[in-house]
Amino acid sequence: MTPIIKFEGVTKRFGQTVVLNNFDFIVAQGEKVVLIGPSGSGKSTLLRVLMTLERIDSGMVMVDGEALWFVRKGVDVEPVTESHLRHMRAKVGMVFQQFNLFPHMTALQNVASGPRYVMKKSKAEAEALAESLLRKVGLGDKLASYPARLSGGQQQRVAIARALALEPKVMLFDEVTSALDPELVGEVLDVMRALSSERALTMLIVTHQMGVARALADRVCFFEKGMMVEEGPPEQVIDDPVNPRTQSFLRAVKLT
Amino acid sequence: MQVVWDYRMLLLQGVWITIQVTVTATMLAIVLSLLAGLARQSNVWLLRTPATVYVELFRGTSLLAQLFWMFFVLPAFGVSMTPLLCGVLAIGLCNGAYGSEIVRGALRSVAREQREAAIALNFNRFQAFRIVVLPQAARIMTPLFGNLAIEVMKASSLVSLITLPDLTFQARNINLVHVVTAPVLIVVLLIYFAIALVISGGTRGVEHALAKGRDRLAA
Ligand SMILES: Nc1ncnc2c1ncn2[C@@H]1O[C@H](COP(=O)(O)OP(=O)(O)O)[C@@H](O)[C@H]1O
Ligand SMILES: [Mg+2]
Repeated sequence: MTPIIKFEGVTKRFGQTVVLNNFDFIVAQGEKVVLIGPSGSGKSTLLRVLMTLERIDSGMVMVDGEALWFVRKGVDVEPVTESHLRHMRAKVGMVFQQFNLFPHMTALQNVASGPRYVMKKSKAEAEALAESLLRKVGLGDKLASYPARLSGGQQQRVAIARALALEPKVMLFDEVTSALDPELVGEVLDVMRALSSERALTMLIVTHQMGVARALADRVCFFEKGMMVEEGPPEQVIDDPVNPRTQSFLRAVKLT
Repeated sequence: MQVVWDYRMLLLQGVWITIQVTVTATMLAIVLSLLAGLARQSNVWLLRTPATVYVELFRGTSLLAQLFWMFFVLPAFGVSMTPLLCGVLAIGLCNGAYGSEIVRGALRSVAREQREAAIALNFNRFQAFRIVVLPQAARIMTPLFGNLAIEVMKASSLVSLITLPDLTFQARNINLVHVVTAPVLIVVLLIYFAIALVISGGTRGVEHALAKGRDRLAA
């Protein structure tokens, strides 16, 4: 299995807080990895580093065989350029907890914006692509709706379509169902489940909902204080965890 | 009301000058607001520092003094401009300094998450600004620029003090040669008020266009 994501001795601090501490992590191409763990354990930071929204302090992050934040030049490391970051960002897409749709654009314009401005497709081509993606996520009748007029579940499906429109190799999902009313979780989960059948697409999913983890994960990683405490297939980590900290976390989650 | 009618041509000429000064000075003020507001956000000090100096200088001194300076003092240094150009420049520069704060505030009010979404979509910096940040900031700026335009209109009466025959200038002249001036002054106030109404109406139109279907319910 070729690794598509590789963290090697990555350290990330915010001031005094060490969020990732000499962190190692490997994800295989096409793998669906679910990250669970208490709030503040660094799960979002891990995804945000991959999306280049946060810089790391030391170590190496490789995506699809290329370094993300620093380049090794012989024995030296050099910070990367903006153009290299943009080259790397093309490989990764991200969906956020609060959707972060552009409020001044319709659903169609939101989804078409990437193909149009980044992939430089014609307006007609971009919109045709956006329309087919919106149909795929069940929003074929909401093309002209502005985000403010869509439910949370619908907005999140637009956001997923928007990220997919750029054909990323890796999709990052940061608690994408956490801001939704319980009855809307299902429609977003269905879209993600459909997506998870795409074998080549790598998915990294942060969630507090064990149902989501069970439905999607090849592998579940339990995260605490920027360290991987336990990992394995969902049946094992969720239903039969070995580590006492995983056990107590899961007990707390299941109570809610 | 006979006086008003007798002096209608003078008053109309005055209105025309007031409108000219208001429109051009507002445009100048908005352009300067955008440039200075953006420059003050920049992390390039060569842009930031001059912008800050400009804003502090023009915001911290009286507009009338700036106007007199341009009209009476600059010619001594070989820079002489027509009264109209002086008026437009002084009023535009001064209000551009105020307006830069509008731009700065509006840009800051666009949520960080929006910029992050733009990065995640792999927009370059310029695209993120033009496609994501600016349209959202424009919506916040529009009513504030409307207010600025009304401030500019009110300030335009100062040009009467540098010999430019605007509405206020004409009113004062009529006042000097005529005994019954109350009707003239009432009409002058009404004209200013009417211009302000037009500006507010236009501003609301732009706001409406920028809002599109966003937070209105389906018609
Ligand atoms: N921009 C930031 N500035 C300072 N501290 C931050 C910032 N972002 C995250 N942190 C801190 O980093 C730690 C990990 O945060 P995060 O990755 O969001 O955790 P999780 O997603 O697992 O809840 C927390 O202690 C949080 O307070
Ligand atoms: Mg988080």
